[in-house]
Amino acid sequence: MNAEQRIPAIELDFKGRAHNALGDDQLRRNFRTAMDSLMTKRAASFSDADERERLRELGNHIRARALSKLPELLERLEGNLTRNGVNVHWAETVEEANNIVLEIAQAHNARQVIKGKSMVSEEMEMNHFLEGHGIESLESDMGEYIVQLDHEKPSHIIMPAIHKNAGQVASLFHDKLGVEYTKDVDQLIQIGRRTLRKKFFEADIGVSGVNFAVAETGTLLLVENEGNGRMSTGVPPVHIAVTGIEKVVENLRDVVPLLSLLTRSALGQPITTYVNMISGPRKADELDGPQEVHLILLDNGRSQAFADSELRQTLNCIRCGACMNHCPVYTRVGGHTYGEVYPGPIGKIITPHMVGLHKVPDHPSASSLCGACGEVCPVKIPIPSLLRRLREENVKAPDDPHKVMRGQGSKYSKKERLMWAGWRLLNTSPMLYRAFGFFATRLRGLTPSNIGPWTQNHSAPKPAARSLHELAREHLEGKR
Amino acid sequence: MSAKANILAKLKKSLEGTTPIVDDYDVSLVTQPWSYAPEQRIARLRQLMEAVHTEIHLTTDAGWPALLEQLLHDRQLPSLLIAPTTPYGQRFTAHCAGREGLPTLKAYDRPVEDWKDELFNDTPASLTGTLGAIASTGSLIMWPTREEPRLMSLVPPVHFAILKASEIHDNFYEIQQKFQWAAGMPTNALLVSGPSKTADIEQVLAYGAHGPKDLILLILEDA
Repeated sequence: MNAEQRIPAIELDFKGRAHNALGDDQLRRNFRTAMDSLMTKRAASFSDADERERLRELGNHIRARALSKLPELLERLEGNLTRNGVNVHWAETVEEANNIVLEIAQAHNARQVIKGKSMVSEEMEMNHFLEGHGIESLESDMGEYIVQLDHEKPSHIIMPAIHKNAGQVASLFHDKLGVEYTKDVDQLIQIGRRTLRKKFFEADIGVSGVNFAVAETGTLLLVENEGNGRMSTGVPPVHIAVTGIEKVVENLRDVVPLLSLLTRSALGQPITTYVNMISGPRKADELDGPQEVHLILLDNGRSQAFADSELRQTLNCIRCGACMNHCPVYTRVGGHTYGEVYPGPIGKIITPHMVGLHKVPDHPSASSLCGACGEVCPVKIPIPSLLRRLREENVKAPDDPHKVMRGQGSKYSKKERLMWAGWRLLNTSPMLYRAFGFFATRLRGLTPSNIGPWTQNHSAPKPAARSLHELAREHLEGKR
Repeated sequence: MSAKANILAKLKKSLEGTTPIVDDYDVSLVTQPWSYAPEQRIARLRQLMEAVHTEIHLTTDAGWPALLEQLLHDRQLPSLLIAPTTPYGQRFTAHCAGREGLPTLKAYDRPVEDWKDELFNDTPASLTGTLGAIASTGSLIMWPTREEPRLMSLVPPVHFAILKASEIHDNFYEIQQKFQWAAGMPTNALLVSGPSKTADIEQVLAYGAHGPKDLILLILEDA
């Protein structure tokens, strides 16, 4: 299957993709199994509820504090990184960010780029962009490598290939790499290791994301289990880190609780195998490490979320993925249904700022508002409240003077507004309300038995013969 | 205007009239639940690191070279990459001097560009020291230097690391304070908590993803 063949699925809207996903038993089994296991592991790693809640509170305060002085911290970060010998670049859009990468690549005549896991590079669609300029850009995280090989996008921010089972990976490796078919996970990983080792060795440039950028010391902190992040940032002669402008924290000590919250929330691990802290390129007397390190700070809609004090909380996110692991909607429809880089609850509140609310009009309402995401968020982002807020922004009138976000009001409907106005009038005027009650009960035989989506799963509502008001009134009068 | 100026202008405008949130960092939260009696530290480190497939041997300052020789022999490793100017590198070089049938010692003494192919394709094992360890998370602290470069603990499939028991600390916060990391970080500092691993296929844990398949830790109990 080539890339083009998959495009029709992308062209469906959220509901269409959700419909397809819900009918795919294999996909649903893969997600259910994985999410159950991730939830169990997280719960086990936070066995002391009091400790967990106090740590979440601290995590929230650290992120909120960083955002409350974000411009100052970004400048301090840049100053310290520059002093350490790192080149810092700023980009408002993904196009700008891609062009910065391209300029660096061209300056080094780079033909091959190897990438550690980076969701920001997914925002940029960096692989696609570089390949358009004749530069191979290869993912090295095992999960990312698998989805890239199958011309797919990650379906989870931590576990990119979670939608596939071992049999599907086995067929993919067999078809694409010409290796013998095996479903043995150890063997599959060794196949990936062999293929990618060669690429680490050859690559001209390594690209990575950043988990926390420490302003105080000018340090880029990356967490990972595989070692591909260390390979990407340590072996090629040039390292380019890409990150969102919100990822900065004030002090080195701030990363202690955030790191603990991140790895426990994401995978139930006390820590990842590697915590890699990079503060500069290879020094003159050192024997390895990149000769050049670049950091690209990307906005891509983040400053829009930042402008509103409520929506700003979206930027607390440390990208652990716990919200999706606990989301009943995500677990059932899978990551690809969201059609964008960030799926699940965090995707629903961050994506509208990146692509415009009009591009993802179903995102705010694809939630039962059960509250699980908000309860597990390690930095206490009130995701359900933010979803409700986005629902309001989604139906704002076109002439509303309060401009909050790109694409706001894309679901505005005059008809719906009128219906709600009528409903309000009915419920605030006693005369009208009684008249409505009288006719609704007397004419109950005329209520339709088929009312759209409601009657797909429920019996049609039918008014009683007498309203409660009427019965109560009669009862009280009779008593008298 | 440049992208930087635009971004900063937008952010500053959004913060107009607000004051920065005060720092209410509660140190006890990241230290108290993660404190151990000195005699518990090895056990805690061991429990966590063994849970993720680290091979751990307790030995002594005098005994480790012989133990390492035995481990290299058991695994039939033909060569070992060492840092020739570190105390551990020198000790093991001296231990092997003038004896036959031992694995070849390779010294990381030149820029990686000069021997990248050999490092990737013909270097089965390495030996490094550590700056200490963290009991709460089961992590080794690696602070690569000119003498002991960063790829030593990453590229060879088997990594031997030496840790002094007296340098096992309680938690990450304590390490940052003790070594005053905030005042100056090296080019690259690392916490290593086991051999390389992945659960990216069906959440099945597999070791040896991209880094070392085996991490073998020698703890010097009397050092």
